[in-house]
Amino acid sequence: MRRWLLPALLLAALVGVWQLAASTGFLAEVLGLESYLVPSPAEVAESLWQSRSLLAENAWVTLREIILGLVCALVAGVGFAVLMHLSRTIRDASYPLIVASQTIPIIVIAPILLVWLGFGIGPKIVVVALICFFPITVNVLAGLGAASPDAIKLMRSLDASRSQVFRRVETPTALPSFFTGAKIAVVLAPIGAVFGEWAGSSSGLGHLILVDGGYLEVARQFAAIAVLSAIGLVLIGLLALVERLVVTWR
Amino acid sequence: MSVSIRGLGHSYAELRTIERLDLEVGEHEVVGLVGPSGCGKSTLLELICGLLDPGSGTIAVGGAETAAGRLSQCAYMPQSDQLLPWYSALDNAALALRNRGHRKAEARERAVELFGRFGLAGFESAAPAELSGGMRQRVAFLRTLIAGKPLLALDEPFAALDAITRAEMQGWLAAALEADPRTVVLVSHDVEEALYLSDRVLVLSARPARIVAELDAPAARAPDRDAAVTAPDFVAVREQAMRALHEGAR
Repeated sequence: MRRWLLPALLLAALVGVWQLAASTGFLAEVLGLESYLVPSPAEVAESLWQSRSLLAENAWVTLREIILGLVCALVAGVGFAVLMHLSRTIRDASYPLIVASQTIPIIVIAPILLVWLGFGIGPKIVVVALICFFPITVNVLAGLGAASPDAIKLMRSLDASRSQVFRRVETPTALPSFFTGAKIAVVLAPIGAVFGEWAGSSSGLGHLILVDGGYLEVARQFAAIAVLSAIGLVLIGLLALVERLVVTWR
Repeated sequence: MSVSIRGLGHSYAELRTIERLDLEVGEHEVVGLVGPSGCGKSTLLELICGLLDPGSGTIAVGGAETAAGRLSQCAYMPQSDQLLPWYSALDNAALALRNRGHRKAEARERAVELFGRFGLAGFESAAPAELSGGMRQRVAFLRTLIAGKPLLALDEPFAALDAITRAEMQGWLAAALEADPRTVVLVSHDVEEALYLSDRVLVLSARPARIVAELDAPAARAPDRDAAVTAPDFVAVREQAMRALHEGAR
């Protein structure tokens, strides 16, 4: 109860202060802006309601990019982590490169992907997948390696094959780390999707935010941000739920 | 001879752990190994079980000399119970059967019988975290027993328990071995435990380990443990063992 109540109260207080500061014109004055450029939470909510079908349409586009990108990252990330775990050679050859590749700000690849893959959903999925790949791979690899050496010795002495050690000891050991990596990925995915859209697109929440900037539709920009963050929250919640159902021993 | 070790030597890089060690263990004999901590007792056990390869000399268990051959002859019980938290107590105990390809129902059926016999009835579906230290150790021992190997290799099986539970578990293990005789190599740093459970106790020196004394236990696995370990002849042998231990530690 307390876990939910306190943050909810704080959020309500912050929104309240913002409402007061914006509706009295205080905020606009401090920022030296016209008051219609500094919407109050009530105005954002109004815009959210009025543009609900437009927002929903674009949210669906962005959600699809996020989900498909995440699925690609999960498959590739887990698959590659397993390969590196099973083959010392593959790990020694590729792990340093994977870490070093993180110095490339992946979002700057988006314009190149646009050239290669066009204006469709393709480049967005690739940007999301590239951003999410790293936290998943690294966490799964660490998790697989965290199995206790004694437990593995024990399993060998109980006639376990390599694949049985993997299935019965290493995989369950890695599950909590897998979920840690997946949660980080879920947080990063919307960022990837928005940058993918900014590089060039005709729909999506990122696209809408960009276009609305041109028309000074600041209230709807805030509304789009709220929807984007709601998508992230729902995905994290779903993931936490799955984790609770799968990792029952913690 | 069940176990026959000749001229065994082993080292980790520069660190010599075992030097020219000879050891014979007969069918259904329980041999205790005591020695100062870090002397290589656990290494010796892993060597016997085929979890490590000797640097020099030979180890034969039931005639098998290769690591894989020895592994098939030995059931290893590591220092900590190593129960897998994602399996129930029963599934942990039945691990060896599952690894050998028995179906889950069949493996459980075999394990359930032993749960009743070893005072664990009613805890079949308990998670390891729900069991007391003594019970976890019992499940770990059953897991070793159910593997059905000719040799049990026990590495400080009760080291993690408090003194009262440990004494209780020693009585329990003594009764279990009397009911179902096995060839056992038991590593312990507790002289009393080794002398009570074993037919013969070997005192090892500090690293590199060699045998400094060999003592026959006066009352191996006697039904009344408290009486057995306080009898004058037991105390006398214990004193001998302690002196050998101190000399060897120098």
